[in-house]
Amino acid sequence: MDFFDRFAIPNPSIAIYASMVAIGLTVVAIIAGLTYFKKWGYLWREWLTTVDHKRIGIMYLISALIMLFRGGVDAIMLRAQLAVPDNKLLDPQHYNEVFSTHGVIMVMFMAMPFIFAFMNYVVPLQIGARDVAFPRLNALSFWLFFFGAMLFNISFVIGGSPDAGWTSYFPLAGNDLSPHVGTNYYMMAIQISGIGSLMTGINMITTIFKMRAPGMTLMKMPMFTWSVLVTNLIIVTVFPVITVALAMGTMDRLFGTHFFATTNGGMDMLWANLFWVWGHPEVYILILPAFGLYSEIISTFSGRNLYGYKSMVASMVIISALSCMVWAHHFFTMGQGALANSFFSITTMMIAVPTGVKIFNWLFTLWKGKIRFTVPMLYSLGFIPLFVIGGVTGVMLAMSAADYQYHNTMFLVAHFHNTIIPGVVFAMLAGLTYYWPKMFGFMLNERIGKWAFWLLSIGFCLAFFPMYITGLDGQARRMYTYSEATGYGPLNMLSFVGAGVMAISFALIVYNVYYSVRYSPRNIGADPWDARSLEWATHTPVPEYNFAIEPHVASSEAFWDAKKKGHELFPGKVEKIHMPNSSGVPFIMSAIFFVFGFSMIFSLWIPAIISLIGIFACMAHRSFENDHGRYISVKEIEETETKLRGVN
Amino acid sequence: MSELFPRKQIMGFVFSLVLTAAALTVYFLHLSFAQGMAVLLITAFVQALLQLVVFMHAGETKDKWIIYGKVYFMIAMALITVFGTLLIFLWDM
Repeated sequence: MDFFDRFAIPNPSIAIYASMVAIGLTVVAIIAGLTYFKKWGYLWREWLTTVDHKRIGIMYLISALIMLFRGGVDAIMLRAQLAVPDNKLLDPQHYNEVFSTHGVIMVMFMAMPFIFAFMNYVVPLQIGARDVAFPRLNALSFWLFFFGAMLFNISFVIGGSPDAGWTSYFPLAGNDLSPHVGTNYYMMAIQISGIGSLMTGINMITTIFKMRAPGMTLMKMPMFTWSVLVTNLIIVTVFPVITVALAMGTMDRLFGTHFFATTNGGMDMLWANLFWVWGHPEVYILILPAFGLYSEIISTFSGRNLYGYKSMVASMVIISALSCMVWAHHFFTMGQGALANSFFSITTMMIAVPTGVKIFNWLFTLWKGKIRFTVPMLYSLGFIPLFVIGGVTGVMLAMSAADYQYHNTMFLVAHFHNTIIPGVVFAMLAGLTYYWPKMFGFMLNERIGKWAFWLLSIGFCLAFFPMYITGLDGQARRMYTYSEATGYGPLNMLSFVGAGVMAISFALIVYNVYYSVRYSPRNIGADPWDARSLEWATHTPVPEYNFAIEPHVASSEAFWDAKKKGHELFPGKVEKIHMPNSSGVPFIMSAIFFVFGFSMIFSLWIPAIISLIGIFACMAHRSFENDHGRYISVKEIEETETKLRGVN
Repeated sequence: MSELFPRKQIMGFVFSLVLTAAALTVYFLHLSFAQGMAVLLITAFVQALLQLVVFMHAGETKDKWIIYGKVYFMIAMALITVFGTLLIFLWDM
């Protein structure tokens, strides 16, 4: 039985046993359901092997929502534990694991797939392409992300979750201080999904540079596409850093190297340095596509073109360069001198300038616009003031001298949630509502959506504003409890109430999906929002080939010009279309990656070697495969077009 | 016949072998740490550029400015990262 001891949870509790049972039952239910309804073939043919960017986007979206639920449950547990002083709900080890997984899941497995969902779904449509540049690679990206996420999620029932924070600083994350396998999960799961992100980066840059519709110069691209281009440039720049850092960390933990050890010439601070060289640009990877979505939504619902297009592009490019020059502001207190801290203080404050330019551009877009208060617009309007608060407290934190007071307190926690929730989460929910009709052919209910928005905003303010105060009073982050004498109790209770309100809002969003599936009208046409860019010019549901005739573009708002100024969007006639074939190899290869990661985590060398050979076999198979894709005939296209046009 | 002969590729291949041999001398000639690192850094960057231009065909299409633009951006960011790290850990620690 010694062999199986390693899979045991080091600190079991009733909650974990209950989740084991729940996970087991869910898996059985899914397998039974698929078998009973005879959906295995459908699942394999239409989803698991697909290379269609639209389906991959939808799968990213579903994964992101599931992970939002998982990370949200973690958040509720954290706030419940802190709601009253000297609480015994979670023991310290369990609390450490919950805040570590909350951070990793929300950043890597919720926000990242959410932005990838919109990148995949929207960008090829927005630039008038048939798919991304490398459709097979795109499927591989998704499945690597998916299996990385699954690997991370099984940690809390097999072997124990990582407990060294989402930053996983060494030496705490080293073998001496974190002896159980949790941090191995961190290293391997993020590594696997990170490789997927890097591939997406290359894929999207190539797609945007090489596959734009005729007439669409770089300065005529819609703003969301611009934001995705800049984002992926950052991804390709910084993801190799985390790949290398994680590989070094893995070697430290598994093979006894001393990269981040405190002895034998190792340098523990180097992990913090490398982590933030990636980690700071990472937050811009999350926020820039959000900015892009806001630009689209605000311009659509103000009935105006985006104010200051060129300055929007310039500020994003400046942000992308500056984002790689500020990483040390995460560890001002590590011991470097005043010169280094001053340098990174100043670069950090400089980022506020291009961001401010963007905020003013959105405000000027609203100016004298005919504003429609739809749900996506409400999220965008809520974003502006709330995000400014987060930005201003960011400038406070950027002052390195003052940072000695704020560092590692709840003030910091309040700050970054204040940027990420109104910045990224609001954008994702706005984008979800905005693109829902394009993806699924019906709209989400506006009334329930507005309730969800208001509850989320109020819940957010209740949950995070008190943390600014307790943080300034000295409440440290990542402490599992505090004594009554500190006086933090009432404000933390308020935070817990806010977290509860946010949870209700999430439940409402889920209910909204259910309600709209049942009751929403289906005859909405292809352009329900009266929007401006190319993705709304094709049918709903979008045919596999996106556009029957390649669009010709003369401005950044080609579809609007086509509607209002009589611009001819689709000159030419239908020709046969070249499309890529589906393939099961990305799914199989990623599943082997999962086995590889799992074996590495538990130091099972034989299966690790076998699965590594399997991974290379998959790559060799691809290298020697002869696959020229297939053609959709003119007859088939015309049949599809006639059928879809009938709906409108 | 001469237009069929891949002169550029052969020259590139020979030059990349020369660069590899030059890097290898660091091991055999017992150079000091600074000299050795200088040789390794220079040969590594020249080698990378050679591979990019000759064997990965950068600069052979009309949109070569995109490829070179990205390379310059990445090099700039890499240098900032390296020198920033040196500033933190060596020059001002």
